[in-house]
Amino acid sequence: MITEEVLTLPKTYEEINEKIRKKKAVVLTAEEAIELVGKKGLKKAAKEVDVVTTATFGPMCSSGAFLNFGHSKPKIKVQKAWLNGVNAYAGIAAVDCYIGATEIPEDDPANKVFPGEFSYGGGHVIQDLIAGKDIELKATAYGTDCYPRKELKTYINIKDLNEAVLVNPRNCYQNYNVAVNKHSKRTIYTYMGALKPKLGNANYCSAGQLSPLLKDPYYKTIGVGTRVWVGGAQGYVYWWGTQHSPNAERKNGVPVGGAGTLAIVGDLKQMKPEWIVGTSMRGYGVTLTVGLGIPIPILNEEILKYAAKKDEELFAPIIDYSKDYPNAKPGNLGTVNYKQLKSGSIKIQGKDVPTGALSSYSKALEIATILKKEIKKGKFQITKPVQLLPQAGSKYGFKMLKERPVRR
Amino acid sequence: MAETSKRLVLHFPKTIIDQPIVYRLIKDFDLIFNILKAKVTPDEEGLLVIELTGDEKNINKGLEYLKGLGVKVEPFSKEVTRDDKKCTNCTVCVAVCPTNALHIPDRKTMRVEYDNSKCIACEACVEVCPYKAMKVRY
Repeated sequence: MITEEVLTLPKTYEEINEKIRKKKAVVLTAEEAIELVGKKGLKKAAKEVDVVTTATFGPMCSSGAFLNFGHSKPKIKVQKAWLNGVNAYAGIAAVDCYIGATEIPEDDPANKVFPGEFSYGGGHVIQDLIAGKDIELKATAYGTDCYPRKELKTYINIKDLNEAVLVNPRNCYQNYNVAVNKHSKRTIYTYMGALKPKLGNANYCSAGQLSPLLKDPYYKTIGVGTRVWVGGAQGYVYWWGTQHSPNAERKNGVPVGGAGTLAIVGDLKQMKPEWIVGTSMRGYGVTLTVGLGIPIPILNEEILKYAAKKDEELFAPIIDYSKDYPNAKPGNLGTVNYKQLKSGSIKIQGKDVPTGALSSYSKALEIATILKKEIKKGKFQITKPVQLLPQAGSKYGFKMLKERPVRR
Repeated sequence: MAETSKRLVLHFPKTIIDQPIVYRLIKDFDLIFNILKAKVTPDEEGLLVIELTGDEKNINKGLEYLKGLGVKVEPFSKEVTRDDKKCTNCTVCVAVCPTNALHIPDRKTMRVEYDNSKCIACEACVEVCPYKAMKVRY
């Protein structure tokens, strides 16, 4: 009875898609895959499972959206643009702009009264757009013969835009630091949250055993062209992310810290505001929280072996954000695994330190489950990368800036 | 017996700081006395945020006793609420909550529960929540 259901290894993308189209694919979330491998062993499980869904939901800087407003009458070649008072980069064409996640309003007090609140910015504009709210557009220009208009003030709404495309140059960090404050005597306010003095708390930011690139650590199936679930819509990996660093230190084959990243694109018009969320980090600034789900096709045992790695097998470095990180000092205060991080307390230099996460595991689990359902219903097919990401062992790497004296 | 709980802010004039008020409330009025926040220094007025639990009549008698001593009694009206629609269950608030009002009962699902009765309205969560899900209400 099961002969036509179970594919022989290695499976191909096309064979798996055929099963997806017939609504017969065996799809598990990464959590369920861990359980199955534990119960049945890798060999048996790899034959049974076709796709493992992974996901993450956390603040991801290097996000933003391209918008095309449409032409006004008379026409304007927008030189400067503001959306709800937040500057959007308009040096692209006449009525295109890019609204970046971390931009803050020009009149925002920022950190003048420390720590600043950063209650609104680019990330919030993007969420408001998705939510269907009217956004105030203000634009100025110098005027040309073909684009005579010099000023524009109006409301825009996502439904009236020609295009609204989320284009995130760096998302989905493979792994991330655990941030602490070791040296400062006061609470420090970082992009990893508020960190209390004397190792008062430790913040981490990864979905651990659910996180996409932790489950495909050698980028065997996730590459350029991979279809992904982003913000509630179907999108794609359009390139490797900026700062992609495949040669980072590894443990059990999995990077300990940053490493790989993805560049993500998707149609903002199809997204939902609960999965793309404007984010305010006290004393630091604004950003965008992105919900991302990526299917991993189980082509062979090796791929499932990594997709079924548990929290206790995945490690993150503990980094001091009071002195070491700001001064780009290498080294760490040790490593911890995600099971320890999720327990609520870790030991750092003999001290018990409470942990908190910026990345929501429960939201990631929701996304992995939604993606699983979509694949099972035949609505979401997997894709073979058109090009692999720069691989571990390649010359591709992450460089620091070499400053040179400027003479003039 | 109508057992009830009341959250109160007590302001002590410095003249009575040396009196065994807590002892009296417990012994004479049979009240459960839970200190939520305390600030008493020798030079200034004392401030105590408490939760009193007991028979309603006894609570009222206890409050009369306090007022008789010159303690100013105000209802503890500051409240921190959570907007469940905005909360993403990221857990960043849990590490800074001093009373475990924000806690994670199940480490498998990692969802954050908010037990309002344990909250002392210190606002640590309000400051760190990236989604403005925690709000102060007066």
